[in-house]
Amino acid sequence: MSAQDASQSTAQDTQATAHRWPLWEVFVRSNRGLSHVHAGSLHAPDASMALRNARDLYTRRNEGVSIWVVPSEAIAASDPDSKGSFFESPQGKDYRHATYYTKSEGVKHL
Amino acid sequence: MTPHATNLGDSSASATRITPGNALRPEDIVEATRLGTVKPSEDVAEYALRLGDDALILAQRLGHWISRGPELEEDVALGNIALDQLGHARSFLSYAGAAWGKTEDDLAYFRREPEFRCAHLFEQPNGDFAVTIARAFIVANYQFLLYRELSKSTDSMLAAIAAKAVKEVDYHLDHSTQWVLRLAGGTDESRRRMVAGLNLMWPFVGELFQDDSLTARLGAAGVVPSSLKDEFDRSTGTVLAEADLDVSALHMSTGGGRAGRHSEHLGFVLAEMQVLAREFPGASW
Amino acid sequence: MAQNSEPNSSGASIKSVSSAASGKAVLDGLTPDPVQLAGQEHFDAVLAKDSRVEPKDWMPDAYRRSLVRQISQHAHSEIIGMQPEANWITRAPSLKRKSILMAKVQDEAGHGLYLYSAAETLGTTRDEMMDALVAGKARYSSIFNYPTVTWADMGAIGWMVDGAAICNQVPLCRASYGPYGRAMVRVCKEESFHQRQGFEILLELANGTAEQRAMAQDAVNRWYAPSLMMFGPPDDDSPNSKQSMAWNIKRFSNDELRSRFVGMLVEQVKVLGLTLPDDQVRFNEESKTWEHGPLDWDEFKEVLAGRGPCNAQRLERRRTAHEEGAWVREAAVAYHQKQQDKQKAAA
Repeated sequence: MSAQDASQSTAQDTQATAHRWPLWEVFVRSNRGLSHVHAGSLHAPDASMALRNARDLYTRRNEGVSIWVVPSEAIAASDPDSKGSFFESPQGKDYRHATYYTKSEGVKHL
Repeated sequence: MTPHATNLGDSSASATRITPGNALRPEDIVEATRLGTVKPSEDVAEYALRLGDDALILAQRLGHWISRGPELEEDVALGNIALDQLGHARSFLSYAGAAWGKTEDDLAYFRREPEFRCAHLFEQPNGDFAVTIARAFIVANYQFLLYRELSKSTDSMLAAIAAKAVKEVDYHLDHSTQWVLRLAGGTDESRRRMVAGLNLMWPFVGELFQDDSLTARLGAAGVVPSSLKDEFDRSTGTVLAEADLDVSALHMSTGGGRAGRHSEHLGFVLAEMQVLAREFPGASW
Repeated sequence: MAQNSEPNSSGASIKSVSSAASGKAVLDGLTPDPVQLAGQEHFDAVLAKDSRVEPKDWMPDAYRRSLVRQISQHAHSEIIGMQPEANWITRAPSLKRKSILMAKVQDEAGHGLYLYSAAETLGTTRDEMMDALVAGKARYSSIFNYPTVTWADMGAIGWMVDGAAICNQVPLCRASYGPYGRAMVRVCKEESFHQRQGFEILLELANGTAEQRAMAQDAVNRWYAPSLMMFGPPDDDSPNSKQSMAWNIKRFSNDELRSRFVGMLVEQVKVLGLTLPDDQVRFNEESKTWEHGPLDWDEFKEVLAGRGPCNAQRLERRRTAHEEGAWVREAAVAYHQKQQDKQKAAA
């Protein structure tokens, strides 16, 4: 690719992004007392329209009483490549669970 | 970063009614009127016909947008609004029909053009997205004020239909307002189109607020159209001012829809809407 | 609404896979580096456990390409599939049917959106997919290139086309790629009413006047073969199927699903009091499968290749909507930028 070609394609890319609506992640609370749960994603020009689009797209059948929208790019995720070590520590620490304590089994209200 | 959040309140205020909820549905009205215990007066029926026709013709217009919207998300949004309007139309028409032993479909499909009672605004072609938004903005402001008042009607069925409708129209108001702001304040092109859309649609505002002998006779069962005009000017004025749009120089047309004198466009809408039903009169679908 | 399981017969996307059965990648003759080897090992283990692959996991390029192809084709099918039914929204013969049809077509827009989102997690933007569609470079279910000429077509599409789609889609809820499976769960949940409303349209017509009944039978006759072909080519002529099944994307073969579908139709058409336009339908007691008459795969390939009755029209409509919407999308972005600039200036 010549330098000229490269600059042309960059100009085209910029043109394309001029009206590209960013991606948002949508979280819906289905009922009071429950957490917001990831429902999916959508495109919208800004937060305010993202909320409205989410309402139209993800609550058409009474699925929600509250919605969060978050720009997809604002989400920091754990690194999947390190999944082994990242989630290793809790393994083998059974004493964090009530089921570890067997001698007190059968004692009422414990 | 803080997520952007909204509370939609109780679930009955959200979404369209595909699944049966607590909300009043057209079928409930048919059921209530079937036994003859709930029956509108002739005047109330005439009035319900006006509101029903407004909503029906708008739903018919908006239905055309589905699969043609500027973005898929907007297809879904316009579809929701069209479905809300169609729901309101079915409720009002079912109720009106109870006075004359007619169903919603008798009224929608087997009346002739002069028997329709919609205002000219609702008949106007969709045009581009800005024209549709200009019409939607006027309609939503008008219907919101109208239904809010009508929910206090002495006619309990009209009140119930309006109480359900006002919650849905509240969202239409928000949707159209958001788009008026964006189109007016977006690009030069979008602003030009928004201005053109308002120029086309604003003249039809006048007809919405005209009183006549029917609205006078209805008293507290209906809403006197002119009584809503000041509030309409205030609510639209705030948004138009924020969008730096001025409609003060635009004239008002006289309308005539409430008396069955329609714009050039309604005939085409009816021809398309009624064609199949009229091919098979008396058929069940 | 619907999808073709494997309409792309080019098979180009799986070239770098040496062993279709194991899904092991030999990366175009290069020596695999340690990261890829570890990734492949993890990927294989996930599939072996019938667990799910998630967006940021390492995955073979061919798996990624195959998914992008299938999910985007599926999304395109939903979006193009809106058109034949939207065609009748303004003419629906009762207000109840108009509401139902509008809600259904709107659902399809929603399903397209869920699926585009799932494909986007694989690194392809919706713009890229949409551009490919309107440029005529992408495929979608060829059934939507047939015209909807009568109201009964709304019934036949719901009953047969959505019915076939559901047969295809229910197993996809367990597709090995997490976002795809999750999108399909949502789609299937919402789709359950689509088939029923179609069946009820036909039932009303079948019990109506003689003309209505004839309209219903005519629609069933026209949509029967195309709906059977929605499952894709016969297994021995479906180059992508084997790999897709090895990757736990596809769970049943085209012919298995088709046979199951025919068995359902046979029972349901009796309730309608109509007939299937196929006198060779029978249950094979030996193989325990349903058999049907020959299908015109040449026609299928013609339509798939863009030479069906409505291909050009469908694409043109989508292109027009997309192009005429450009100024709206630009306006919304410009407005947002101006608002941000204002906020910055005020701060």
